[in-house]
Amino acid sequence: MAPGATLTTEIVIQTIVSGLLMGFIYALVAAGLSLIFGLMEIVNFAHGEFMMVSMYSVFGLYLAFGLDPLVSAPLCVMFLFALGVATHYGIIRHILNAPMLVQITATFGLAIFLRSLAQFLWTPDYQSIPDPIVSGRLDLAGIFIGVPQLVASAGCLLAFGVLYLFINRTETGMALQATAQDREAASLMGIRTDRMYALGWGIGAACVAVAGVMLTNYYYIFPEVGFIFALIAYVAVALGGFGSIVGALFAGVLIGLVEALGGLLLDPAYKYAIIFAMYLAIVIVRPKGLFGRF
Amino acid sequence: MLEVTNLTRRFGGLVANDAISFRAEAGGILGVIGPNGAGKSTLFELITGFETPDEGDVRLDGRSIRGLGPHRINRLGVARTFQKLKPFAHMTVEENVMVGIMQHDSNLRRARDAALAALDFVGLLDKRRVHAHGLSTGQRKRLELARAMGTRPRLLLLDEVTGGVDQRSIPGLIELIERLRREGMTIILIEHDMQVLMSLADRVVALHLGAKIAEGTPESIRADRAVVESYLGASYA
Amino acid sequence: MAQAPHAPPAGEPRAELERARAEPVRTPLSAKQWVWLALAGVALIAWPHVFDAPYQRHVLVMVFIYALMAQGWNVLAGYCGQISLGQAVYFGIGAYSAGFLYANYHISPWLGMLVGVGISVLVALAIGLPTFRLRGHYFAIATLVIGEIGHTLMLNWEFVGGATGVWIPIDRDSPWYSFQFHDNKLPNYYIGLGFLTAACLVVVWLERSKAGLYFRAIRDEPDAARSLGVDVTRYKLVAIMISAAFTAVAGAQFAQYVLVIDPETVFPLLLSILVVLMTMLGGIGTLWGPIIGAGVLFPLSEATRVWLGGTGGAEDLMIYGALILLISVFWPGGLLALLRRLFVRSGDA
Repeated sequence: MAPGATLTTEIVIQTIVSGLLMGFIYALVAAGLSLIFGLMEIVNFAHGEFMMVSMYSVFGLYLAFGLDPLVSAPLCVMFLFALGVATHYGIIRHILNAPMLVQITATFGLAIFLRSLAQFLWTPDYQSIPDPIVSGRLDLAGIFIGVPQLVASAGCLLAFGVLYLFINRTETGMALQATAQDREAASLMGIRTDRMYALGWGIGAACVAVAGVMLTNYYYIFPEVGFIFALIAYVAVALGGFGSIVGALFAGVLIGLVEALGGLLLDPAYKYAIIFAMYLAIVIVRPKGLFGRF
Repeated sequence: MLEVTNLTRRFGGLVANDAISFRAEAGGILGVIGPNGAGKSTLFELITGFETPDEGDVRLDGRSIRGLGPHRINRLGVARTFQKLKPFAHMTVEENVMVGIMQHDSNLRRARDAALAALDFVGLLDKRRVHAHGLSTGQRKRLELARAMGTRPRLLLLDEVTGGVDQRSIPGLIELIERLRREGMTIILIEHDMQVLMSLADRVVALHLGAKIAEGTPESIRADRAVVESYLGASYA
Repeated sequence: MAQAPHAPPAGEPRAELERARAEPVRTPLSAKQWVWLALAGVALIAWPHVFDAPYQRHVLVMVFIYALMAQGWNVLAGYCGQISLGQAVYFGIGAYSAGFLYANYHISPWLGMLVGVGISVLVALAIGLPTFRLRGHYFAIATLVIGEIGHTLMLNWEFVGGATGVWIPIDRDSPWYSFQFHDNKLPNYYIGLGFLTAACLVVVWLERSKAGLYFRAIRDEPDAARSLGVDVTRYKLVAIMISAAFTAVAGAQFAQYVLVIDPETVFPLLLSILVVLMTMLGGIGTLWGPIIGAGVLFPLSEATRVWLGGTGGAEDLMIYGALILLISVFWPGGLLALLRRLFVRSGDA
């Protein structure tokens, strides 16, 4: 229990609501990571940095043209899609069959590069967008919900829905799934797997960009901002089962709730440690994650 | 030597092994046949400890080995090869064989010499310094044999020794197995190639959809209606 | 009886077998290689007297510390195949054991280092027992997450200084008891060199022992290893214990060398990643890889920092990140493989 706070029903509900809102954001970040993993068994250690880049691109467009995040969002998401595709063709394609370690260090190198590039361009200072259009808060019978938080979660949930429909209802989505299941068979069926991989990276980056763009309405922008989101995404993906998009949604929401409630009941300083400990406990009991495929 | 009773393993709703019982007599070669998905490989996993049976028992010389880990079962004298070959790719052929030997002798030199003898036996001596990833499929099968022999097993489980090997290499592999039997090894063999099986096995157990459907001499199995139908059903399904 | 088609004519295999038996199990060093090794030894001993500026010595001390930590990771990941991304935990435990016990109880850091080795080996066991069931990415991320938990716990554990860390009191009177040397950097240089040499000897022993053979078998095909009588869990635990011990020693020396430690310097994720990168760069699963990697990467990052740093623009890190990326993509075998290709004639392979 955090010192000085009393545990009223309002506080608990408030905490659950903010945990849920955050959970949807985690879920989308994790879904992007999980998609890439499911497709080619590569964990993108620069995933958080993609998010950071999306936030700085919002910030850059604001500085240059005074664009509000709401306006620049589509541009930034498209930009990150392009960055994801470029990452595939520039880097990932060369290390597809390399050992897992090489994939880890390559994407980690990219992460360090992007992070320091951001620091080079914008200094390590915390930035924020002043007076975004989306602002204010709602008062629902004593439960306060920040409008930016609400919009961000709604946006992420919407993006999640679009992603889900895309993967399960469109031909391209089916081709993605086929590639994920069996690269060679898919390629025999005439699917151009290299394009599918590029698409996967594009979509993965776009997912995290949606989350990043939405966050700029109320979150600070700094070079290390992606780190904790990525870390949580790794946990969510491992928890939900690598490659499982629906698993990522559940894990993301679960993490959001545990983080908020853990911070309330124990100590905010330990909220991430609690998530990580929960992850360890679950994964050790179920080595393939909650929704892992056998 | 080995007695399997009522062995059952389920994966979710699928019964991979359904109350299988049989015995493998010392010094003999027991063949296990069945179409794909009959549960042959699961049976091996259960005997060698890679999977734990849901029901039933596995006895080695009258002693239950159910629930023991693979390395313990190996140390009791049961060795196996893998259908999907698992060479230690970044180790030399010599070192590959030494791994199994070193449970008996921690001296590197003596283990190496024993490995050389095993490699000589399977005809891979000239490849001793090659990394295992440089071997052909047939050579890898021989390597798995040599590796398993290095643990000095009394019972050897061979999972499709001739599968995926070019026709010319098959007689050599059959000859190898014959020699192992002459050295007193008990062998259980999963085999797809009927001709290979008929020439090697004393007795055959036929599986279909996880259950034992027949057991007997190779001749009687070949004539068994249920066995023939299981294969026909599988190929026309 | 008919010979199997593969078998060469009788008589010849015996000769071949005799020839094979006469071969050494592990190729011994040639006279030339011994000379090179001796020269390298002499050079390392003489180095700080030739390049005697404090900064030049400092770089080498840090290289030794990183190389020792990288060697620790190499034993676990390079030889035994268990990719840990949480090595900072053992480094931090070593650093805090030495520093904290001296700062608060005046216990000699040498003893503190031993305590640190003991604790980190126990922690390694506690980490390894449950997580060794996990494979591939699950294990890597579990260790990463454990590293972050350790980091968080240390940040909030006020008893050992919380975020402020430990300021190790200066003692100029009894340098050997206090494990701090203020006259010059020579003692730290030779101590670092000594620890690293000892670690390398352990690795040399591993390469010639059953344990080392089992490690590599586990790395390549754990199931095959199990089927051949290898107690996989037990040997993974041996590997992680050796790894933790090396890393804790490195941490203890680091603490006594810089004399100020806090969670950000000895428990960060970046440190765990750094040793991975160093080993990869040099050549994973080889004796010299971690040393070459640390010997190249640390001076390189220092150089870029000196040339480009100070502006606060992080150009040094940019170059660093780009290099890691390029090396991973284009030279995944590391510098050692590259050197081998350049200098070793093919044909005797």
